[in-house]
Amino acid sequence: MSSTRTAPGRGSDRGREARAVTGRLPWTLVTPALAGLAFLVLPLAGLLIRAPWATLPRRLTEPHVLQALRLSLLTATLATAACLLLGVPLAWLLARVSFPGRRLVRALVTVPLVLPPVVGGVALLLVLGRRGLAGRWLEESFGVTLPFTTAGVVIAEAFVAMPFLVISVEGALRAADQRFEEAAATLGASRWTVFRRVTLPLVSPGVVAGAVLCWARALGEFGATITFAGNFPGTTQTMPLAVYLALETEPEAAIVLSLVLLAVSVLVLAGLRDRWVTGP
Amino acid sequence: MSRWTVTLPLALALAALTGCGSGTPASSPAAASSGGGEATTLTVFAAASLTGAFTELGTRFEAAHPGTSVRFNFGSSATLAQQITQGAPADVFAAASPATMKTVTDASLAAAPATFVRNRLEIAVPAGDPAKVDDLKDLADPKVKVALCAPQVPCGAAALKALDAAGLKVTPVTLEQDVKATLTKVRLGEVDAALVYRTDVLAAGGEVKGIDFPEAGKAINDYPIAALTAAPAPGLAEQFVDLVLSPQGKDVLAKAGFETP
Repeated sequence: MSSTRTAPGRGSDRGREARAVTGRLPWTLVTPALAGLAFLVLPLAGLLIRAPWATLPRRLTEPHVLQALRLSLLTATLATAACLLLGVPLAWLLARVSFPGRRLVRALVTVPLVLPPVVGGVALLLVLGRRGLAGRWLEESFGVTLPFTTAGVVIAEAFVAMPFLVISVEGALRAADQRFEEAAATLGASRWTVFRRVTLPLVSPGVVAGAVLCWARALGEFGATITFAGNFPGTTQTMPLAVYLALETEPEAAIVLSLVLLAVSVLVLAGLRDRWVTGP
Repeated sequence: MSRWTVTLPLALALAALTGCGSGTPASSPAAASSGGGEATTLTVFAAASLTGAFTELGTRFEAAHPGTSVRFNFGSSATLAQQITQGAPADVFAAASPATMKTVTDASLAAAPATFVRNRLEIAVPAGDPAKVDDLKDLADPKVKVALCAPQVPCGAAALKALDAAGLKVTPVTLEQDVKATLTKVRLGEVDAALVYRTDVLAAGGEVKGIDFPEAGKAINDYPIAALTAAPAPGLAEQFVDLVLSPQGKDVLAKAGFETP
């Protein structure tokens, strides 16, 4: 999921461009295609087959599981809110304002998308840690330290997930018809009014799709979180961290936690499909 | 279009995939002998805290056995034990706790492990000791940021034991996934103190200062080593275990800060 590079919201209908050529299906394509499908589906089936169904309800309601789940949902939601506040204006800047170095800025925005999350965690630590460039100043001036706090988890998740939102919204803005905005501007609306009353409603499907992707990515964030925010139950131990540590001692508990995350991912995908269906 | 063109490849693909998806994986064919000889690669799974000492022993082993190469897989003992029980082709397992070795012996994948070293906990503080920590009870001060290993991994279990022995209640800011990650938090100055092994403090050089404390004696970690029963290279596995247990091996391990039984 973390490496999808398609910009959602472009609504191109490619449903019927590849009409099957009549005749036999070519084996040379069908066999590897099915092998590929099996490769993607079987591991998930394995999770379902090996799941301890009998003890599932008891394990799901254990306090530390619920605690991790609650923390995950809270931090992913807060991270998505932060990404919306900062990411939508950034996407608008990239799509609607031409300034020198725009291509470089766009490339920089996508770096966290391809960066290994652990590297992102290290980078955050070196800037916002207690001895980091900005972290030292934060601690001396305000007594605020970010590592090992829930705020640190939100920062790590937002850092990794924000590019999804920016790319998604920017794609929607580029695809949107600009004549509406121009019409509003000629009728005397200010740039802010145009953005609020015309642009945002136009691209809202793209914003929603981007926010959902961003939320799902934040929910699954592991590397940057454990590196920057550490691991403490109730404060910074999100679901993926709980899965990783459960594997050390209790593989069955890890499977149960993984199932919860899998269920959430499937729900997100199902929700998105309805968003992306464009036309008949 | 005939229906067979779709269903037959599907059936074949599924048969192929489900056929190798069950049962235990066969041991690696890398050990295929040529001319009755023994395999030339030795694979050692060892706890993260052994990284420095075992790397040196591996170099010595290669020098003593020309033509062989030693491959190491260093990591959390619990993870390594899991990989071995899942059929990873390893020759030797060296764990940081008897409990993780027991996972492997219970699966009858190793026989008669021998304790080859012991490791003692120390308080690690960043160079300069910013929080003025000088003994274990300072860790209970809420103003001191402490990192511990997670209780699921050997160094975390040992830390809990030592704190219990001292009757202290410490609330750490983080429970790290292995001892190296815990040490990293001290190196970077993100925490004021951590409980790690003496060997890790030595390995970190001047960046980290180690402080001994008496309760560490109540939580000594035994390190067991065993040649694995399904080893692709059983002969080499025995020889490597012998090297680790030999005076030469003990010498290298002692230099790294381990106590030898």
